[in-house]
Amino acid sequence: MKQLMEMVFQAEFVASVIRITAPILFAALGAVIAEKAGLTNMGLEGMMMIAALFGTLTSYWTQSWAVGVLCALLVGMLLSLMVGFFSLKLKTDIILAGIAVNMLGGGGTIFLLYMFTGMRGNTGSLVSQNILIPTLEIPLIKDIPVLGEILSGHSLLTYLAFLFVFLLWVLLYKTPLGLNIRAVGENNHAAESVGIKVRRIQYIALAFSGALAGLGGAFMSMYYSQGWNSGMVAGRGFIALAAQAMGRGEPVGTLLSSLLFGLAQALRTKASALPDISTYLVSVIPYVATVLGLVFYAAATVRRVKKARRPKEEAEEK
Amino acid sequence: MPQSEYVVQMKGINKVYPNGIAANRGVDFNVRRGEIHALMGENGAGKSTLMKMLFGLEQPTSGEIIVNGETVNLTSPTVAISKGIGMVHQHFMLVPSLTVAENIVLGMAPKKGGLFMDMESAVKLTEEYAEKYNLHVDPKAKVMDIPVGMKQKVEILKALVRGAKILILDEPTAVLTTQETAELFRELINLKEQGYTIIFISHKLNEIKQITDRLTIMRAGKSMGVYETASITKEEISRLMVGRDVILTVEKEKAQPTDTVLSVKDLEYTNEWNKKMLDKVSFSVRKGEILGIAGVEGNGQRELVDMLFNLNRPDAGSVKVNGKDIVGVSQRNIRSLGVSLIPEDRMTYGIAATASIEENLISDRVGAKRFNKGPLFDMKAIHKECDDLIRDFKVLCKSGQQKVGMLSGGNIQKVVVAREFSCDPVLIIADQPTRGIDVGATEFIRKKLVELSRAGAAVLLVSADLNEVMELSDSLIVMCGGKIAAYFEDTAMLTDEIMGEYMLGLKRQSDEEIGRVCHE
Repeated sequence: MKQLMEMVFQAEFVASVIRITAPILFAALGAVIAEKAGLTNMGLEGMMMIAALFGTLTSYWTQSWAVGVLCALLVGMLLSLMVGFFSLKLKTDIILAGIAVNMLGGGGTIFLLYMFTGMRGNTGSLVSQNILIPTLEIPLIKDIPVLGEILSGHSLLTYLAFLFVFLLWVLLYKTPLGLNIRAVGENNHAAESVGIKVRRIQYIALAFSGALAGLGGAFMSMYYSQGWNSGMVAGRGFIALAAQAMGRGEPVGTLLSSLLFGLAQALRTKASALPDISTYLVSVIPYVATVLGLVFYAAATVRRVKKARRPKEEAEEK
Repeated sequence: MPQSEYVVQMKGINKVYPNGIAANRGVDFNVRRGEIHALMGENGAGKSTLMKMLFGLEQPTSGEIIVNGETVNLTSPTVAISKGIGMVHQHFMLVPSLTVAENIVLGMAPKKGGLFMDMESAVKLTEEYAEKYNLHVDPKAKVMDIPVGMKQKVEILKALVRGAKILILDEPTAVLTTQETAELFRELINLKEQGYTIIFISHKLNEIKQITDRLTIMRAGKSMGVYETASITKEEISRLMVGRDVILTVEKEKAQPTDTVLSVKDLEYTNEWNKKMLDKVSFSVRKGEILGIAGVEGNGQRELVDMLFNLNRPDAGSVKVNGKDIVGVSQRNIRSLGVSLIPEDRMTYGIAATASIEENLISDRVGAKRFNKGPLFDMKAIHKECDDLIRDFKVLCKSGQQKVGMLSGGNIQKVVVAREFSCDPVLIIADQPTRGIDVGATEFIRKKLVELSRAGAAVLLVSADLNEVMELSDSLIVMCGGKIAAYFEDTAMLTDEIMGEYMLGLKRQSDEEIGRVCHE
């Protein structure tokens, strides 16, 4: 325990929380924008998997990390639009369409990897330093003790993830598109009655959602794991959905809940390095945290609803 | 082209729905520029259909619509809006978590810097219009936090901001309190003075007399004429609105009512908009009689039926069936007391559309011994009973295995009726039992109701169809504004005229007279 405490109170640990949070945050923001348009993007996990693979492959083929990231983004977007096509146009259940993408992500990627490269299960030998996402040393800040260690030296995409919290907030609350997205998600009849093209807005929201999941995938394979392997995303797409719900579907709230899940993941990584503790036991930490988080969230919601209802009932009695 | 006297002309409008129901039959409707014009009629008279066509939500089967002297083809609300027509729906089209200003500019939000929303000018725009038309709203408040009256103003502003010169208001006062209604009327008169034309759908006589210039009355899909509001009396309006085209007669022996089966006492209910829907409603239904409940829809009938089958809980009062209180008792237990229900909304409460006819028919009796062999169904017994019911109730279908949802409205209702009438009911609650179904099925169901009541069942018949309720009932109560307005022990002497006056609230019997409906 003492050892664990020592590890936790180090700048390096805090930096790892930030690093680990980034992919969850990408996907969670993707969940936020879809949910704002009234759609549950269940397929985030699969989108991350597939985008991660294509990110690595294209970066290898072109020997450019930037092209890889861009490709991952596009693949995520396309998959998400595909889910939209199935659910909005062909009227399948959007949850089922999402689950289909997840299954495609689990099995299809291994097949695709073998087809393209003949490799089984991971891309270890393809990866070289120049096709990984570069890290960024922030001038001035990097020289500040402790803070420099925490904030500087992350990958470009890590900073981007946190920047997107702000960008998404601006999009949702400061642009006409965001207004339309929120209106469509809440009362699409009202939106339709003033001439908003509901279907189009939903496709746009899904495209953003998929693009964000794609970036999350690229982060995983092109930075975090330094290559693609089949167990790499490990439920982050689902954790992201939980983070969205816990963050009440708002960008900033989702940032906080993503950080919480990031912390749990980081704890697991640290604790599994300790002797005397079963690594299997430790590896459940993030998932237990997810469940607990959702329980607390649900309890808080129930209490809030009750509170909101009470004054109304009192008014009725009068 | 010279400016015509009329801003809207609808000529010879026919609307026939795919299921064969004619909602509008050769309707002419003209509105003068700058007037408040009432469109009156009972529910189902076709006034909403007519207005939906004017707002482009539906298209006429035949007929011509002329707006500002120009023949128009209104294919969608967007087209109607571009012609200067705006509509305030009865159910508001607002997004609750957005602010008032955001709702008003939705779909046409002002921009700044090419990308961002210009919230300031949205708020300014809202304030400007609010000021100009004297429709005071708080632009920055969220719609979910504002009262109903203000939501309505937001809807009106929404239409005005989009350039509407002709406003259609669909029963705007239905959800408003008295003060809010008075305020709305001041605002509407203000709009009229600024040159706007207002079409006001309502069936409340006092309101119509108060603010409209002219009125068009509709009945059974036809226009009953246009009148100057000042030169027509409330009684005349009521006679034109309420009335029967064909008097139908049902042969029935005189009722010989005996013991009280259903007894309702002082039922009260206030809905979520703080509107009192049931106000001390008391009555009883006896064995062997049909008690009818007449009234314009929305006067508490639906709420009353909900209470009788525990689909909702009253705030106060009691409901007893053969002496047993049934408030809060499960539907299954209510049924086991011998109560059956023909619900108004048959697709939701009457049947399961994707299940078979057979499954629907036995859904209230799956536990019966005769249908079960150990843990399994006795399919033979089920088939037999269902085939008998299908034959007895003349359900037109290929087989009992057919999905109910595939049948016509009349046959769906026959399935409901077959189930509800074949369980030896002591009390039958029939809520709009023949609405929207064909003549054959209607006649069949009416005959069955009379038959069962003469055989000793107590029948409560709720119907907006005046023909039905007057001819079928032995005695009758009229509901108006959540209260019982009148009780007629014998329906034989009743005329449409008398009914109309009570239904529209022109008259009300004394408490003593109404009290006679409670038989102990």
